[in-house]
Formats: sequence, structure tokens, C-alpha cells
Amino acid sequence: MSTAILEKDLAASNKPRHIVCEGNEAAALAVAMVRPDMVSVYPITPQSSLVEHLAKLVADGRMDAEIVDAEGEHSVLSVLQGAALAGGRTFTATCGPGLAFMFEPYFRTSGMRLPIVMALVTRDGITPQSVWGGHQDAMTVREVGWVQMYCETVQEVLDTTIMAFRIAEHHDVMLPVNICLDGNYLSYGAARVTLPEQSDVDAFMGDKDVNWHAALDPLRPMAVDPLTGGSGGKGPATFVRYRKGQCRGMQNALRVITEVHAEYAARFGRSFAPLVEQYRMDDAEFALMTLGSMTGAAKDAVDEARDAGKRVGIVKIKTFSPFPVEALRSALSGIKALGVVDRSVGFRWNCGPMYQEVQGVLYRLGRHVPAASFIGGLAGADITVEHFHRVIDQTEALLTGAVPSGPVWINEND
Amino acid sequence: MSSHRAYPMFDPGQAGVPDDLCPIATDINPMLPGDWRSMRPVVDRDKCVKCAVCWLYCPVQCVVERPAWFDVDLRTCKGCGICANECPHRAIAMVEETAG
Repeated sequence: MSTAILEKDLAASNKPRHIVCEGNEAAALAVAMVRPDMVSVYPITPQSSLVEHLAKLVADGRMDAEIVDAEGEHSVLSVLQGAALAGGRTFTATCGPGLAFMFEPYFRTSGMRLPIVMALVTRDGITPQSVWGGHQDAMTVREVGWVQMYCETVQEVLDTTIMAFRIAEHHDVMLPVNICLDGNYLSYGAARVTLPEQSDVDAFMGDKDVNWHAALDPLRPMAVDPLTGGSGGKGPATFVRYRKGQCRGMQNALRVITEVHAEYAARFGRSFAPLVEQYRMDDAEFALMTLGSMTGAAKDAVDEARDAGKRVGIVKIKTFSPFPVEALRSALSGIKALGVVDRSVGFRWNCGPMYQEVQGVLYRLGRHVPAASFIGGLAGADITVEHFHRVIDQTEALLTGAVPSGPVWINEND
Repeated sequence: MSSHRAYPMFDPGQAGVPDDLCPIATDINPMLPGDWRSMRPVVDRDKCVKCAVCWLYCPVQCVVERPAWFDVDLRTCKGCGICANECPHRAIAMVEETAG
């Protein structure tokens, strides 16, 4: 475990630790810095270059980890379950169809409380056939008990990936974590990134202790994941006890995510809103709600709208699972209208999934807040500043007019 | 019933592991396959030539070697009948287990 990544290239030359890289490379560099024991991966667009960066880090001797090229995503995650139960720090990455193929062990990972970290390079659902970004894959698995944090920038991808291991491995959480980075926009988007010092990351990570609760260990004999449930004996109570434990871990995650973000900001000097970011929400009359990389364009549009005298702000969700109900209730407490921009489709309610979920928060406000669902950025489509100006205008219209009966399809005429 | 307890099992309470994390089991069920077998292999010692085909095929490795024949450890034999099916000398017969 003596390989300190990048020291050969950068630290020795006394240059500032800034590089330009894409989101997939930022994620791979962050993974190397937390010194995992095993990464197992199977390439799939738009995640593939992340796999290539990981393989290169191992091949170049800059990451001291076993890399397992399994024959498919189902095996990828199953391999990591064994590694985690044996005490290893583990990482993988996938998206879309790969995530679908991974679903059986994906559900089991959260149930076994294994702190496996996965970059989910979000991709739209097929079919219609496409290979581009969208949040449909991540939204489809939002009830599987994984912590899911969406990033806005390449820098946030790097920093969140490091934090994800601390959150996952926290004894009050012990849940797998997805770092959701938008396919194409963050996976391939190149940006300036500041690299943390390896020694700082080592100090931040502390001692690794991932299989204290369940282990494949001859010195601690136990049967892992035996049969529970059914309708007789201790079955029902046993099953409910573990399900409640999962729910408790998810609720604990809200606190731990906040604490870890604060600790990270104090040590590394970069601060990100852990659950919900409020942008220009002071005195805001109405707000947009965003998720992921689209937020950059939304902020530009809101700045221009503010200059034009519109009292609009943005509530961006970073942590989508567990859903930050209280943080959102606080953020939305003063607004009179809300426009929710989703990058995926909720087929059952004919609206965006985030819109559907936030309805529950609006209900808890105890007063009627008109809200509209906007769906854009599907299958790699761009949501531009111009699009957001239209979203702002249509959300402002909710203050005086009727709420549209269905979703507004942002890229309908593009 | 057979009894089997070779290792001290992991004690989650002593280790400070909450009982609502990963489902684990640390109570050993003392049942062995022989406790629920419905058919039992019986070796005809006159026919057995010790070719060891049964020993090779037995999935639970319960075939044991005797001086002049191969026998079956009935504590772990689950009664699958593979030995009887594979025996080239028809030296093994499957006999129904009866109550008691």
C-alpha cells in the first residue's frame, strides 16, 4: 500500500496539483487516492473510459488494487460482495443496461449492508435505442436502498467519490453508495480539477474497517445472508428487523453525509452542499429544482433573470437517496411556485420522478404551492440557458395562471 | 440426530454488531443430511470389487473404505442414489427408509 498516486508526476515536480480531466478520469483518480483493495468493472458507454483509467492506474503501478475484469456486471458486483465480506475496500462503475444486468446483486448489496462504492455514469433508458446521458437508470433503482448523490461538476465528482467511501463505511450507515455523474456531460466533460494531497486523503479516510458486521473469515465463523422471512416461526420478525435496520441506515446517512461534507470542506477547502443546495433563494418568490450537471446552465439563466428583476432561485438536490425531506421543506418554505426539471421520465404519474417525489414535500408545507414538471435532457439532449429561461417564464406564470396538466417537454422541438 | 460443533461461533453481541445489519446466522443446526434421507444405499459385499467408482461419484463424499469393500457413512449420506446408479457391478441397492 505504498503507492501514492500521481506523486511521480506532480508532487515531485513541485507544480500545483491542478489538472484538466474528464469526469470519468476524475472519478478514477479519486478511487486511486482512497486506496481500494479491489475494483471490478465491465465497460459500457458512457462509463467505459472510467474503466480504462482505472486499468491504466493499476497497470502503471499508481494504484495498488486487484482489478477484476469479470464477464458481466452481475459478476462484477458479486465479486465485490465477496471482496467486501473479506474486508476489502471496493469500487465499481456502470450505467444503464449494465446496471440492469447487475440488478440482482445490486439489491443484495444494500441488504447485506456492504459499503461498496459505485460510480453510476447515468444513461437514459433504452429503448428507443440511444447511448447517451439521462437519469433514467438511476431513477429506476431509487428504491433499492443505495445512497445516491448527484454531482454538478467534474471537481465535485472527484471530491464526492472520496467522500462516498467515508459515508458508505460509516458504522451508522453501512450502505452502498452511488456517485451519479451525468453521462456525456460529466463523464466526458473536461474541466480544471484540483487534486487533493495523497497524505490528506489518507488522513481523511482513516482506518479501513468494512467487514466488522459480516465477514467471510475463518476466525469469525458465521453464515452470511441465511434464509429469513416466510410466515412462520421467527421469520417475519427477522425480516422486518433487517428491513427496519436498512431504513435506519438510510436516515442516518442524511446526518453522516452532512458531517462528512463539512469535514471534507474543513480539510480540503472545497465546500459542496451535502443534501440540497440553495442558489439565490434569499427573497425568492419562485424556484426551479434541478439535479446534476444541468444546474450550471440553470444558474446562468437565474443570474440573468435576477438581473431582469425576477425573484427566482434554484433548489438543487445533491442527495436524492435518502430523499432529503426536511432539507427540502426548509429550502422551499418561502416560495409560491416551483418548476421541477427532470432528466428522466416517471411513466406512472406522467411527470418527472423528482417532481413526483417533491410533491410529498410540498404537501408537508401545509399550503398549496403550484408546481410544474419539466422533462428535458433525455438521451443526451442539451438543456441550455435559453431552455431554462423558458422554464423560468413558465414557472413564473404559475403564480397567476393554471398549472399545466402534463409535463412540459423541454427538447420537444429541438 | 447428529451433533456437530467444531468451532466457537462468532458472537455479534460480544463484537458490538447491531442485530439489524447484515443478516447473519451463528446458531448451528445440528441436522446432517442423514437426518432427512428417504432412501438408503446398501452395499452387497460379495459384489463389491473396490473399484471406487462410488467413491469418485459421491457428491457429499460419504463413501468410506473398508478392508474388503466400500461402505457408506449414513450420518452424511443424503440418499441421492448416484452411487447405486453408477456402480458397474450393481453392488449397491437403494432401500427405502422406514419410520423408526
